[in-house]
Amino acid sequence: MMGDALERWPDDHAQESPMPDMKPGSRFTSNVCTTEVIVVRGAGEADLRCGGSCMLSAGSVPDGGPPDPDAAAGTLMGKRYVDADDTLEVLCTKPGDGSLGLGDVLLELKEAKPLPASD
Amino acid sequence: MNLMMLLEMAAGGFGDRVAVGSRDGGLTFQQLFDRAGAAAGRFRTGGAEVVAMADVSSTALPISLFGAAWADLPFVPLNYRLTDDELSALAARIAPAIVVLDPEATGRLADLGDVVVLDRQALLDELAEALVPDGGWGTDWDMAGEGTAILLFTSGTTGEPKAAMLRHRHLVSYVLGSVEFMGAAEDEAALVSVPPYHVAGMAALLSNVYAGRRIVQLPTFDAGSWVDLVRTEEVTSAMVVPTMLTRIVEHLDAELANGSSGNGALPTLRSLAYGGGKMPRPTIERALQLLPEVAFVNAYGLTETSSTVALLGPQEHRDALASDDEAVRARLGSAGRPLPAIEVSIRDEDGTEVALGLPGEIWVRGEQVSGEYRGQAPRLTAEGWFPTRDGGRLDEAGFLHVTGRIDDVIVKGGQNVSPGEIEAVLVEHPAVVDAAAIGLPDRQWGERIVAAVVLADADSTSGASVTAEELQELVRSELRSNRTPDHVEFVAALPYNDTGKLLRRVLRTELAHFGDGSTE
Repeated sequence: MMGDALERWPDDHAQESPMPDMKPGSRFTSNVCTTEVIVVRGAGEADLRCGGSCMLSAGSVPDGGPPDPDAAAGTLMGKRYVDADDTLEVLCTKPGDGSLGLGDVLLELKEAKPLPASD
Repeated sequence: MNLMMLLEMAAGGFGDRVAVGSRDGGLTFQQLFDRAGAAAGRFRTGGAEVVAMADVSSTALPISLFGAAWADLPFVPLNYRLTDDELSALAARIAPAIVVLDPEATGRLADLGDVVVLDRQALLDELAEALVPDGGWGTDWDMAGEGTAILLFTSGTTGEPKAAMLRHRHLVSYVLGSVEFMGAAEDEAALVSVPPYHVAGMAALLSNVYAGRRIVQLPTFDAGSWVDLVRTEEVTSAMVVPTMLTRIVEHLDAELANGSSGNGALPTLRSLAYGGGKMPRPTIERALQLLPEVAFVNAYGLTETSSTVALLGPQEHRDALASDDEAVRARLGSAGRPLPAIEVSIRDEDGTEVALGLPGEIWVRGEQVSGEYRGQAPRLTAEGWFPTRDGGRLDEAGFLHVTGRIDDVIVKGGQNVSPGEIEAVLVEHPAVVDAAAIGLPDRQWGERIVAAVVLADADSTSGASVTAEELQELVRSELRSNRTPDHVEFVAALPYNDTGKLLRRVLRTELAHFGDGSTE
């Protein structure tokens, strides 16, 4: 997994600070829109992005301008997003205009077949 | 992960919707959030390590549940039907604690030094007046998810009750895995009649908050009040235990027979979930006939698994009812299929998986599965499996058939006999409304099979009657001769607890004279 993360890490070192830890329960806020997420499943450091820009730890003030047009499909409240390897899962707790990504690769919406109410 | 995260999202996503109570005058999701914040502040003072509540359902229940989560204290719903002594003993076990009680019941607990009793109404009044802090609420609850969110004392049919521990991560996993955020339309309402100390009562609060569905509470169940509330509150979904459904069906049938104004109809009800015990097939079949527009869901789960792990959906109910194939029809008595986030494995006594279709112990695995009791080593295997002590089998289509507690299995002449299969045959007879099979001591066979059978009233619609010999023959023909009850005793009613669990131990005591007194 670490290997994957390193491969995705851009060589040009767009990031100054170290990548954040994807501990379940960690909250992140978008640098380019109103999106907020909570990590549901994950481990280790990862380059979690929204709208093409690295996500900030919760409470930070966004200053990154509009989302990258390649990552501007938006997020939906209450939806879960996963990476292709299914190693990272985040829950959108506030929606926004950016799309979530791990490095340059966009996360996928985790489609769940709705279950009938059982309680 | 924290239960408060679910309420925070609800308040942020649809804060103006009514969360609990009537459409006019109920508490909105934002108000519930604000009250929980105030409750957290209240609970944090005084050094309590848990927040308990021994009370019927009220708005104080979700407020206290979420308030305790916010304050990082376990919430402990206690059975208010226990005697004062039993309640005091449980309070002493969880002290130092806050215990919320009905205003009429604040004197029920013995004077325990480190138990603070709060009057429910006084607490509600205090929280209603609390102001949102300047700058808004801090969302300062613990997000690690390891803390205990809910402690539930199991019914303790043998020995001292155990306290099942559900951590925040278990319950949040359950909700995220089974409920769509804001999946409910604005006009939906869920009627909760299961008591707070039942895991389904807790799960109902969490699931409906996350779905954005208004919660209507029925503090004490009786069929007439339940039916009235469905009509007056325009309830769209509900969860009941089997004994509740039996009484609701009787009530609706009586309305039809009397020509009452309700006419046996529940026009707003769209979905009815049931679970928490074995559903008599006559009850569910009659319910399906009476309520053809309602989607029935059978939910199977345990306290230790954060509620539901398998469910039989609406279409599966109708398919089973309409089928001529007995194997498909039998699915009506099944628990359906495991939830997507749950794995089920049927194991033998050594923990080895059995071949498909064979009976064994139901093992479950998934992020919602806790399998932990307070003060005891976790029951999960190294691979994360929880042996449920329920017997069952998976059929070829993946349906889980639950046969009952393994500890209830009758061992006759070295053969394991599951009471559930005998009971299923007995209740098929039109004159039988309820039945239970138990094992009683027998020198020759180890145990003999005694069936307690409740007959339909002589004046009931079925008009059928039956003798003990006819029932013995019925079991012999449908199963095998070693499953045939050695004795059939007709009784007025079977002993159930208030959440619909058959009290086999009580029945064994009542019918002890049908054994031969041997202990082997």
